[in-house]
Amino acid sequence: MNIIDTLEREQIRTDLPKLKPGMTVRVHVKVKEGNRERIQIFEGLVIAIQNGGLRETFTVRKVSQGVGVERIFPLHAPMISTIEVVREGRVRRAKLYYLRKLSGRAARITERRKGINVSEG
Amino acid sequence: MPVGILGRKVGMTQIFTPEGRAVPVTVVEAGPCTVMQTKTLERDGYTSVQLGFGEKRENRTNKPLLGHFAKANAKPVSYLREFALEEGENLTVGQEIKADMFKEGEIVDVVGTSKGKGFAGAIKRHNFNRAAMSHGSMYHRRPGSLSGTDPARVFKGRRLPGHLGMERVTTRGLEVVRVDAERNLLLIKGSVPGSRGGMVLVKRTTKRVKQAK
Repeated sequence: MNIIDTLEREQIRTDLPKLKPGMTVRVHVKVKEGNRERIQIFEGLVIAIQNGGLRETFTVRKVSQGVGVERIFPLHAPMISTIEVVREGRVRRAKLYYLRKLSGRAARITERRKGINVSEG
Repeated sequence: MPVGILGRKVGMTQIFTPEGRAVPVTVVEAGPCTVMQTKTLERDGYTSVQLGFGEKRENRTNKPLLGHFAKANAKPVSYLREFALEEGENLTVGQEIKADMFKEGEIVDVVGTSKGKGFAGAIKRHNFNRAAMSHGSMYHRRPGSLSGTDPARVFKGRRLPGHLGMERVTTRGLEVVRVDAERNLLLIKGSVPGSRGGMVLVKRTTKRVKQAK
């Protein structure tokens, strides 16, 4: 097999859940402070996924103290300790950039219902 | 050890360092290189070794070269290059040099043949500035004035359009991020001259290296 593909495949992480736009996730990020390493949690909504094999990234948006904060994480980076999926929302597009213009009740996303109405989601 | 090794540029990718940073790297398949010939001070007036790299079919090799390869008891190779030896070193013909001659964190110079760009204009070739494309300019990507009325000639070395690329280029001071001794791969930080599949020389740097903190 192609050498580059092999090198990239070796680094791809398989221990993380499959993310989808509309999911609410808690990303556990390893933060280095001097010599100490601690875990910081960034919780928010996945509004975009940029595929690219090893270079795959996802954007998490949250509203913190009234200010919208977005963070783009490289999915396969070792700085990500774990990702918890909190909720799975029902969305109809791949990039949820329209949420940036909405706030409050309008920015809510309905939860995907398991079992029934699967085809709708 | 010789001061360098022959390799093939495989392509670029990224790797994550233990600290979690993504580093852009060029993958170079370096070696195994066979020592084809040694040059000594007594016989040749200087010391060096000739390394061979890359496979070549026997029926594509001419007889003089086949004889040369037979002396090292090696298979025909497509590239032969000479490298200086580090002081006090001695190598014998037939010995193999592998990617593990470098260690991680080492600074190297990489020599390759840059991608050919054909006949290129002065903007691409010499980083000239472009004139306005609109507003009635009528003068877009031309090189401008070549000289004045006083010398009444064009000075030699005037930068003009012409052939660009496909020449020997050295990029100095690149860091070896990872050495894969098993697969003979060198992962070198940043880009390296040439197209994928092109032959490159990876040498210990001649640049003064900043001491690690």
